[in-house]
Amino acid sequence: MTSPYPILSILGIVVVAMSIAAFLIWVERRLLALWQDRYGPNRVGPFGLLQVLADTIKIFMKEDWVPPFVDKPVFILAPAIVFVTVLMSFAVLPVAPGIIVSDLNIGLLFFLAMSSLGVYSVVLAGWSSNNKYALLGGLRAAAQMLSYEVFMGISLMGVVILAGSFSLPSIVDGQRRMWFVIPQFLGFVLFLIAGLAETRRIPFDLPEAESELVAGYHSEYSGMKFGMFFVGEYMGVTLISSMIAVLFFGGWLGPGLPGVVWFLIKTFFFISFFVLVRAALPRPRFDQLMSWGWKVMLPLALANLLVTGAVVLVWR
Amino acid sequence: MIATATIAQEISERLGSALTPQKTLDHIPTFWVEKNRVFELLRFLKEEIDRPYKMLYDLSAIDERMRQHRDGQPASDFTVVYHLLSLERNEYVRIKAALSEDHLSLPTITRLWPTANWYEREVWDMFGIAFDGHPHLKRILMPNSWVGHPLRKEHPARATEMGPYQLPPDKELAEQDALRFRPEEWGLSRERDGSDFIFLNLGPQHPGTHGVLRIALQLDGEEIVDAIPQIGFHHRGAEKMGERQSWHTYIPYTDRVDYLGGVMNNLAYLTAVEKLAGITVPPRAQVIRVMLAELFRIISHLVWYGTFAQDVGQMSPVFFTFNDRERAFSIIEAITGARMHPSWFRIGGVAADLPKGWDRMMRDFIKYLPPRLVEYDQTVMRNFIFKARTKGIGSFTVDEAIDWGVTGPNLRACGLEWDFRKRQPYSGYESFEFDIPTAQNGDCYDRAVVRIEEMRQSLRILEQCVSNMPEGPYKSDHPLATPPVKDRTMHDIETLITHFLSVTWGPVMPVGEVLGAIEATKGNNGYYLVSDGSTVSYRTRIRTPSFAHVQTLPLLSQGLMIPDLVVILGSLDFVLADIDR
Repeated sequence: MTSPYPILSILGIVVVAMSIAAFLIWVERRLLALWQDRYGPNRVGPFGLLQVLADTIKIFMKEDWVPPFVDKPVFILAPAIVFVTVLMSFAVLPVAPGIIVSDLNIGLLFFLAMSSLGVYSVVLAGWSSNNKYALLGGLRAAAQMLSYEVFMGISLMGVVILAGSFSLPSIVDGQRRMWFVIPQFLGFVLFLIAGLAETRRIPFDLPEAESELVAGYHSEYSGMKFGMFFVGEYMGVTLISSMIAVLFFGGWLGPGLPGVVWFLIKTFFFISFFVLVRAALPRPRFDQLMSWGWKVMLPLALANLLVTGAVVLVWR
Repeated sequence: MIATATIAQEISERLGSALTPQKTLDHIPTFWVEKNRVFELLRFLKEEIDRPYKMLYDLSAIDERMRQHRDGQPASDFTVVYHLLSLERNEYVRIKAALSEDHLSLPTITRLWPTANWYEREVWDMFGIAFDGHPHLKRILMPNSWVGHPLRKEHPARATEMGPYQLPPDKELAEQDALRFRPEEWGLSRERDGSDFIFLNLGPQHPGTHGVLRIALQLDGEEIVDAIPQIGFHHRGAEKMGERQSWHTYIPYTDRVDYLGGVMNNLAYLTAVEKLAGITVPPRAQVIRVMLAELFRIISHLVWYGTFAQDVGQMSPVFFTFNDRERAFSIIEAITGARMHPSWFRIGGVAADLPKGWDRMMRDFIKYLPPRLVEYDQTVMRNFIFKARTKGIGSFTVDEAIDWGVTGPNLRACGLEWDFRKRQPYSGYESFEFDIPTAQNGDCYDRAVVRIEEMRQSLRILEQCVSNMPEGPYKSDHPLATPPVKDRTMHDIETLITHFLSVTWGPVMPVGEVLGAIEATKGNNGYYLVSDGSTVSYRTRIRTPSFAHVQTLPLLSQGLMIPDLVVILGSLDFVLADIDR
């Protein structure tokens, strides 16, 4: 079911993903402001919509400063990694029937692999910065990702069992009768939490915890290199939100409206949810996070996998 | 006076008659003791006397060399002054040790009170008085490279007296080198069992320290082995300014000590000045003062609430509480014309009468805040992550707290119901009905619980102020009230002259010494004033709660992690200017 016009699809998805991510910056700032009794950016363009553009121009015009004490090649490479891995994940994302860059039969595994690779970006950034705060941020990121990657993968296996495929379009197709969120509610919750951790947002923003580590792993970054981490985070949010839509909420499936619209509606819903979580929750401590990950989430994910497997075996 | 006689008798029974009593205007029993008996006497007062003086309330010094009026006091060039507080007696005692200029040293009392550590360092820094046996007698407020001891009378107070400031490259390097943290100087080892510690410099510019506070951390991974707070970056010489500014013009300086407390600082200072002058403040002025002070307590606690939640990683509450604070500020603004630092209290009263409509604004606020507080309880205090981050973190026991000179909400969070508004009422607090909130565990969560309940109690006090505001003058007609009440100045020349002098030179306060202390937003804030019968103070000593609180940081944070340290910092609720003055 791979798209007949691969180049067009690639371009389309890259452009759309990046502009959604950029737009998200505005959305998040406005939504946060709304919930926090303030205005948010409302000066540049209608409703402040051009704020992101202004910021982009500013950030491109800034001096591309590399501090003298850093490990230069790695320092420059690190922000690119987060960008590339997230964009690669979009390749397997089915937006609508026929709108997909590459329908891999191991699409889901490819997504998991890419998101695991993404952590290198943070760890290398923290390491190469040669700054203690960045290093602590990088360490936290490594530990956090290790603990949360594990059950992230396992929490999705229930979906795979139900759909009988690792291919994302097939998984969406498998939800024609019922969204997987109903039989796999626990899996959904676990994936949502792991997804939050994956994007390193509150309550899982430990690697950059402002009140503790200043800016954590990207303390030494400025200009567009910082911008890439920044946009990378929002692309991550978009990716995880659309993955939730695809894996648990039937992707493009829905009555009346075209598939793309349904997909966008569902994705946007989860994006808003991510923003709301950021507005509401405090940040747990590093060791608490780890122990929840290993002692609560992982056993739950395993139990979910076993029960789903057993039920499917008995059913069929 | 009776208290002086009793305590004098108790001491002399034990130590013989080595004490010289001194009369002071605040009636705090005051005794001079020979310098080699200081330690013995203080140990007796802390550990052996019946109903002991368990808290080292303050430790400071006076440069006596220029003082004119020392009637009956033993000869002294520099006097070290210890203020002790007995919670059981609800009484202070003041012990003074005379030192001559060529033998400026005393035995340390850090073995009796751990909190004496910073106080003695400050005295060393400011006066050059050495404390034998002190574990780390280094400068604390001034930079290491400073020459001279600022609170000595010969030290200039103004930059213009010191020649232009220059920073040639070699001096810049030397200054930077002086700022370097060297673990060995603090007795910290660089490694344990073959693995190196990380030494992390947290601050003076760091989002979690709430200001220019520097904490040198000895880390094993993220675990804190030791924490060394370094202060002084916010030092502005408020005490030295007290010796230059007239009694009246010093009021704005006090606002900026606990800069979230606004007029609360004026109140502490004026409590002392009015004791000195013997002024009785008229009831209306008293109630106005209480009202504004309590409003500032709420304002300060709101700032703390929001920023504390932010320290725990919660993003939104700070916007909500600052919003509420803005509403409170609009009342302050309507009444005083200023917002954060109104400097609105005057010697003998307040600057002006309340404006029309003040009561309506106040009532609106009293109605507005409680539902908001309920909302914050739901979003912050009952959040399970918040609880997991704050419960059982950074706790001290009542005894530890008293030993370290902790006062205010931080002390009450350990379960001790001690509030100076109730125990030693000032400004008419005895006629208000309110409860003293306490908690049990003395951890970060409990400190929060106490402060939040305090806001509710302050609202109660505000309500009583609004419904029972007495009529009458807003300023005393005492001749030392400044600026004097003006209605008679236009009618006879004598009052005009007095008015003119009082406004141009400032009032001349009677000779004497007083301590005026109040329950400020963060704990006990006291002003110890020495008047030499002039238009300026001879010595202004500001005892601030934050100084004592921040010193407990190593005690609270050892063995915890960096995120806990940030939470502890937030829960202690300090203000940098309140530490450094």
